Amino acid sequence: MAKVVISKKACTVNPLKMSQPIGAALAFMGVKGCMPLLHGSQGCTSFGLVLFVRHFREAIPMQTTAMSEVATVLGGFENVEQAVITINNRAKPAMIGICSTGVTEVKGDDVDGFISLIRRNRPELDHLPLVYASTPDFKDAFQEGWAKAVTKMVETLVETPAKGARRDPERVNILPGSHLTPGDLEELRGIVEAFGLVPSFLPDLSGSLDGHIPDDFTPTTIGGITVQEIAGLGRASWTIAIGEQMREAAEALERKTGVPFRLFDRLTGLAPNDAFIAFLAKIGGKPVPNKYRRQRSQLLDAMLDGHFSFGGKKIAVGAEPDLLFAVSSWLSEMGCTIEAAVTTMQSPMLEKVPANEVLIGDLEDLESRAGECDLIVTHSHGRQMSERLGIPLFRYGLPIFDRLGSAHRVSVGYRGTRDLIFEIGNMFMAAAHEPKPDDWRLPRGDVHENEAVTAH
Amino acid sequence: MSTLANKIQEVFNEPGCAKNQAKSGKERKKGCTKQLQPGGAAGGCAFDGAKIALQPITDAAHLVHGPIACEGSSWDNRNSSSSGSKLYRTSFTTDLSENDIIFGGEKRLYRSIREIVEKYDPPAVFVYQTCVPAMTGDDINAVCKKAGEKFGKPCIPVQAPGFVGAKTLGNKLGGEALLDHVIGTEEPDRTTPYDINIIGEYNVAGELWQVKPLLDELGIRILACISGDSKYHEVARSHRARAAMMVCSRAMINVARKMEERYGIPYFEGSFYGIGDMSDSLRQIAKLLVERGAPDELIARTEAVIAREEARAWRRIAAYRERFSGKKVLLITGGVKSWSVVAALQEAGMELVGTSVKKSTKEDKERIKEIMGQDAHMIDDLPPREMYRILKEARADIMLSGGRTQFVALKAKMPWLDINQERHYAYAGYEGMVELVREIDKALSNPVWSQVRTPAPWDEVTWEQRADEANAAVAECEAKAPSPCPSPARGEGTSSQRAQPTPSPLAGEGRGEGEAARCVAGEVAELPILPLERAA
Ligand code: SF4
Repeated sequence: MAKVVISKKACTVNPLKMSQPIGAALAFMGVKGCMPLLHGSQGCTSFGLVLFVRHFREAIPMQTTAMSEVATVLGGFENVEQAVITINNRAKPAMIGICSTGVTEVKGDDVDGFISLIRRNRPELDHLPLVYASTPDFKDAFQEGWAKAVTKMVETLVETPAKGARRDPERVNILPGSHLTPGDLEELRGIVEAFGLVPSFLPDLSGSLDGHIPDDFTPTTIGGITVQEIAGLGRASWTIAIGEQMREAAEALERKTGVPFRLFDRLTGLAPNDAFIAFLAKIGGKPVPNKYRRQRSQLLDAMLDGHFSFGGKKIAVGAEPDLLFAVSSWLSEMGCTIEAAVTTMQSPMLEKVPANEVLIGDLEDLESRAGECDLIVTHSHGRQMSERLGIPLFRYGLPIFDRLGSAHRVSVGYRGTRDLIFEIGNMFMAAAHEPKPDDWRLPRGDVHENEAVTAH
Repeated sequence: MSTLANKIQEVFNEPGCAKNQAKSGKERKKGCTKQLQPGGAAGGCAFDGAKIALQPITDAAHLVHGPIACEGSSWDNRNSSSSGSKLYRTSFTTDLSENDIIFGGEKRLYRSIREIVEKYDPPAVFVYQTCVPAMTGDDINAVCKKAGEKFGKPCIPVQAPGFVGAKTLGNKLGGEALLDHVIGTEEPDRTTPYDINIIGEYNVAGELWQVKPLLDELGIRILACISGDSKYHEVARSHRARAAMMVCSRAMINVARKMEERYGIPYFEGSFYGIGDMSDSLRQIAKLLVERGAPDELIARTEAVIAREEARAWRRIAAYRERFSGKKVLLITGGVKSWSVVAALQEAGMELVGTSVKKSTKEDKERIKEIMGQDAHMIDDLPPREMYRILKEARADIMLSGGRTQFVALKAKMPWLDINQERHYAYAGYEGMVELVREIDKALSNPVWSQVRTPAPWDEVTWEQRADEANAAVAECEAKAPSPCPSPARGEGTSSQRAQPTPSPLAGEGRGEGEAARCVAGEVAELPILPLERAA
């Protein structure tokens, strides 16, 4: 049970956190033919765009309502309307996902009201779904923006099945948290399909931001779940939510369609994957395929081989709540101690993190607590601290802008966990200390007498 | 806000800016205030511009007053290098919460400055205003004044909240902060007749260091670079320079002009990109210094260095002639830098497509500058399929552009090189041009191109063929009914193409998939033509 502490500093130094609107925008990018639209001044969109371009190394669809100083005072109806019309004309999107920002929230723009007005005035836009998530920058963080956007898509786009309509026993909905990569989703798809089930991911970044060469060039997203498929989520027999952040969306889906859900708070590590596979076997009504029995056995072997390197290591982790929980829990199951844990916002998962304390703070806080650690786990912005402290950095989370392939890293499933053991284990091995003649110097006089036994 | 409004107006009226001078009073008033249109792709905001201009002051603390949006996703992403302090890469933000917005964020700002001073002890703290606290009325000037007095440190308010305009305006507003609060506040220990300022150079990828050895050899001292790889005190003392070079982008013309006005420092507008431009800049520096009292012999020494370095650079570039012969390069960028590289590319034996302008009278250069500048705005917003068509029709072997178009080029399996702000290679001075040519060669000769262009053995129709078909359908429709095929991606930029002497591959109609479908169906609607201006 970790104690949750909120940083008392006035000044955030080296932020760990990113803002809600771009989290929501990323969720919208998991819908095919979607154009995310930030309702705010242009800079917010530009920063978000550059961030994602550097992380995914892909063209990123994202537009702005371009609120000027004057517009922010007068209110943004005209900007939203004009943006929607322009995007519709130029990009022919299948959907526009709108996120508010700090400026428009402070002004109190009623975007839901704007949308009803647009609906009334512009019947020619009837075909075009508009989904709006309220995501002020000055509250919560990236993960929450993602979760809100997914909940809103469920509320706006999913159709309530007719009374007595039959569910399709093969269909499962999967609601992945923002901490899963496109590679993770692809891995999960394979696992779920192996049980004879047909998964629908909402959102599905594995179709849009998995770094493939598209079949055609479009200015919107180039893949992902379709709006029609979202509408039909109510026909599934189960919903699987991954990460506590997706609870609300899963509940909303259940409310709307009656599809029950099961939430997995993580899918990294042995026990959570055992539970996941067992659940799939149950709902799929199939025995566990040999492939996964074998992968499980490979994971066990990797744990045995790796535990020498992991045991007793001290780790500093900076990540959003669900990712922090997942990676910390797994590391501690490998014998590591979570010496420092810093996160971005409140969450029920924080007290479950296997650390004495979880701090809602920034990377300066993490740096000041990481001095004695063997490894830092956080996104690319940990690079400066890693250099200053001389402690290796495992780049994890978003953004990762100074390494290739961040979209393809897999850390879910037996195989993903196994590979994570290899990747981090190799970092420990590379940093292993060469023995020196002076390493075992005898302590001097008085210290020797009353030497305390310290646990490492 | 009214002082900020005045400031913005003043910056717009910049008399040093020829473009502004040419406008009528009324035009001038609205000219630069034109806002980006809703639904367009966004460029950086004024805050972004101010940060770009000032953050390269490496030993200062840069504190962003606002919610996490402004700093959280953008810190440590500007590629400006430092030879000393790394403090500029540490991110400081007040990360305003809902409470700060309801009750005002001034207290948090004041306490933040105190924490920075206590923990990091920088020579100065720059405080950047952003949209939300500007709306709620946080008075950062007052807080900076009070904190400055209390902690005995200069605290400089930078009034460039994002929503006042684009990045270029922000550059200038950042410059204004220096003029109002920094420049001239300290005296240098010593001065020499060889002291210059370089204004508007941000040492991206270390480019200043491609130039500095030449100045060092000539005994010319950079009193302050504003603001690449500079220290706070250098900028504060920069008013004692003898002459200044304003780096071409005009981003900080207000600083150059006002320093001339206030301190009598003459300046010229020059560029470090391109061999000829580099030489011209060295000549100008020497000339201005001599006019201000440096010994005459500087001019001869400068000419000797220029002759030597030009010969060395051309020799190294010529080595690529054979490899480059017949190769075509498509140059697309908003940066005024691009046209300076034209001569080097031609010298290396490459042919430039997209413009018919041969080298290199002054007027021609101006024209390339115009064309490139405008096209860039158009290209940024082109539907990706259109971009593919352009690449294909240009029959170019490589494309040079800014980062935005990178993935369209790469996915079209087109060799590509970044020549904009965020690039990681340095292309300034003589060394930089040789480097650029080397990079082009590396990109062109990489064996991946032939591999990625080979379709999989089982692929019957490639996407390239499908894209070609769709584009052909558009062309056919256009041939049948030229006028009613509207062009959604065309902006004001197209006028520059009409001015081009020969048809350019860029002169196509911008049209996405949707329009093709609409056209084929014979159903035509008038689409709005959108102005596409945004930050370069
Ligand atoms: S537009 Fe305003 S709120 Fe957005 S990043 Fe720029 S300064 Fe911040």
